[in-house]
Amino acid sequence: MTKDIDLKRRSFLKLTSTMGGGLILGFNLLSACEDIAVEKIVSAALPKDWFTINTFIKIGETGLVTILSPNPEIGQNVKTSMPMIVAEELDARWEDVVVEQAPLSDGFTRQVAGGSQSIRKGWDSLRNAGATAKQMLINAAAKRWEVDAKTLTATDGMIKNENGNTLSYGELAAEAATLEVPTDITLKAPSEYKIIGHSKVNVDINNIITGKPLFGIDTKEEGMVYAASIRPPAFGMELVNYDDSAAREVDGVIDVIRYADHKIAVLANNTWVAFKAKALVKANWKAVGTLESTSDHDAKLNALLDKKSAEPRRNDGDVDKAFKVADKVVERVYEAPFLPHNCLEPMNFFAKMEGGKLICKGPIQTPAWAQNRIADITKVPKEDISIMMTRMGGGFGRRLYGDFSDEAAEIAHKTGKSIQLMFSREDDMSSGTYRPASKYKIKAAIKEGEITAYHLTEACFNGNMFDSIPNYFPAGSIENMRVDTNTEKSNITTGAWRAPYTNFLAYAEQSFFDEMAQELAMDPVDLRIKLFEKAKANQDAGYEYDPERAIGVTKLAAEKAGWGKQGKDVHLGLSVYFSHNTHVAEVAEVQMTDDGPVIKKVTAAVDCGIVVNPYAAQNQVEGGIVDGIGHAMFGNFMLENGKAKSKNFNSYRMIRMHESPEIAVHFVKSEKSPTGLGEPSLPPVGGAIANALYKATGKRLYKQPFVNESELLG
Amino acid sequence: MPKYTLNINNRTHEVNVDKDMPLLWVLRDTLSMVGTKYGCGIAQCGACTVHLNGSAMRSCSVPVSAIGDKKITTIEGLDKDNKHPLQEAWREFDVPQCGYCQAGQIMNAAALLKNNKAPSDQDIDNAMAGNLCRCGTYTRIKAAIKSVAK
Repeated sequence: MTKDIDLKRRSFLKLTSTMGGGLILGFNLLSACEDIAVEKIVSAALPKDWFTINTFIKIGETGLVTILSPNPEIGQNVKTSMPMIVAEELDARWEDVVVEQAPLSDGFTRQVAGGSQSIRKGWDSLRNAGATAKQMLINAAAKRWEVDAKTLTATDGMIKNENGNTLSYGELAAEAATLEVPTDITLKAPSEYKIIGHSKVNVDINNIITGKPLFGIDTKEEGMVYAASIRPPAFGMELVNYDDSAAREVDGVIDVIRYADHKIAVLANNTWVAFKAKALVKANWKAVGTLESTSDHDAKLNALLDKKSAEPRRNDGDVDKAFKVADKVVERVYEAPFLPHNCLEPMNFFAKMEGGKLICKGPIQTPAWAQNRIADITKVPKEDISIMMTRMGGGFGRRLYGDFSDEAAEIAHKTGKSIQLMFSREDDMSSGTYRPASKYKIKAAIKEGEITAYHLTEACFNGNMFDSIPNYFPAGSIENMRVDTNTEKSNITTGAWRAPYTNFLAYAEQSFFDEMAQELAMDPVDLRIKLFEKAKANQDAGYEYDPERAIGVTKLAAEKAGWGKQGKDVHLGLSVYFSHNTHVAEVAEVQMTDDGPVIKKVTAAVDCGIVVNPYAAQNQVEGGIVDGIGHAMFGNFMLENGKAKSKNFNSYRMIRMHESPEIAVHFVKSEKSPTGLGEPSLPPVGGAIANALYKATGKRLYKQPFVNESELLG
Repeated sequence: MPKYTLNINNRTHEVNVDKDMPLLWVLRDTLSMVGTKYGCGIAQCGACTVHLNGSAMRSCSVPVSAIGDKKITTIEGLDKDNKHPLQEAWREFDVPQCGYCQAGQIMNAAALLKNNKAPSDQDIDNAMAGNLCRCGTYTRIKAAIKSVAK
């Protein structure tokens, strides 16, 4: 599968910039490049003093502004886009802004990277922080000039009075910091934005491309030692005892300890020695629970699919009756395996004891949860535990679960040493928190050219995903609708994986509606619009998506992808999905080649309200699409007797450059409050490619991964 | 423990380490040069890519004893002003998401361009197939490389 952008940069720019205009913001790379082409150069000199205006903002006497970025950065661009929102309302010049990662602190709310919620939930507090600080600077100027604050204006780091005199933020910072926090602030109208909506390059770009220490794994401190972890070799096993005599012989090994009841840590003076010595520890394990295999999981899920739940999650009308009188009933089953996150930076964390306090630092999506758990485990009072977030080499949900942070803290607390806990790739992949395997049975009734009933049954391990979203599409668009959810316990640890609830469901549902369109002899675009129109006319039906915005992205994606105008060897598949408060429609383009079908291109239309940082936002959408294709095509994590069958990238296939298609992203122009982008482009793409592959090959795909790679496992 | 003299980014470093210690860990843990990243340890992801005498190598799979007097270049020494055309292109295309794989991507691409100043799409795909980007920034990595290709 080759991607085919055989355009030199100039034409690439031109092509992309002509995609804008009309109803859409499109993506105007050309104008974006004016902002991002230049390395971010801080214009003001480094100050001697910083004056704290509020928890987000410090201003130096030279006019340099430090904005603290509250949320953890996992690659979703919040370290750039959140401070952009503050700077906008502050009316600072972006060139005068330096961004600092905030530590976990009571001064901020929701310091979490999860659910694509940072921008949406931070929107008000970030704007208020900027606007409040600006008002304090204005008030300081009013005092200095002895004039009414209302006669003053703030622009680009300067306050101006009616006589045309100016004072810079730097000149006013010391005084502003002492003033009362104003409550009567006015926020800007979107038409006044100078920073929001104008692409800014990643604030860490120079550190990333020159190899500066940024990530948790890069932590180096005087006297720090490295801890490798020996973990139960299978889910359902516990440690009996171990012999560490051979490991202790290795030059560089410092200590071997048992911790967290059933784990062993090897402490050494470098990671390599710690990993090497780990292999020399002879541990005895015993099974204390079922040692589960993929074949058991499969059978259990099949059994769950045949059950009705005691309490349906949604039950509109009477599906049974509708099925009885239907002209036709269609029933399909969709399947997906467990998935590991495979963040490229393996799990790690730093911890040390210092004067009775526990200092922790590392890649964690949920620092507040970690602090609570660490207090619980170590009995160090919560106020004596500090957590600093580093930039993360991916999150995808894995770093919501801080088993590694807790373990690092426990080892440091137990040994009194300053330690960096390091998972090997094998530890990371085989001792994870997986997207649970699940299956969906979807059954629909057709009568007189209409879909009259929709019955979805979910089978899943360790809880149900649909419990959280029973009011998503097609709720409101089909008169009789029922959702049953069934679950069974598994001792495989499971949790959120990028776009939890919907990363697999969207594919099942959107493949099913493609078949429905075929059954009804309707164009898939027309069927979606018809259903959204029904929901629109049925506003009291209690659903969560916005049918108008769903129609908007559907039409936009279809138009931009040339839906209905494709050549005879080009096959298009549509998928429309609302998740994490954002509406996305995607059209996949598959071409038949001598080597079989090739996914050439994906066109995405996205309605996320105001687009804060457009070029980076486009990157998020592109990444979600590549990730979604990769896992739908190849992701397959199997277990045998409780053990992972894949432990590294030689036995677990990930999407690579030559398998990634060309991607065109179009944002709906909007002045609505922004919603998140870390996840919403992923769920629809599985359905889009399945539907396009069907058009190309005549074969429906019901099971992920689409490409069977079991031969990799030997 | 044996002593090795390594030429890294045109500077000489002396290290006392195991002969089988991979260059990756010598760089990261012994010399605190952390730009070279650990991803898999078995040459499957490319995050640890460095140059040995100008050719791209996976430093996780090169034992220190195999290096001899070969010149090692890491991301920290790719360009003395940090203005290698690929670094400039990475800025221009704002390539990274999480950023973890990007040093390896740049080092791998730099080796490609050294030997092939005008790579075709196919050449780029072939050369870059060993470098994983978990965030899926492949489109931009490719666009950035193409912008530098003559």
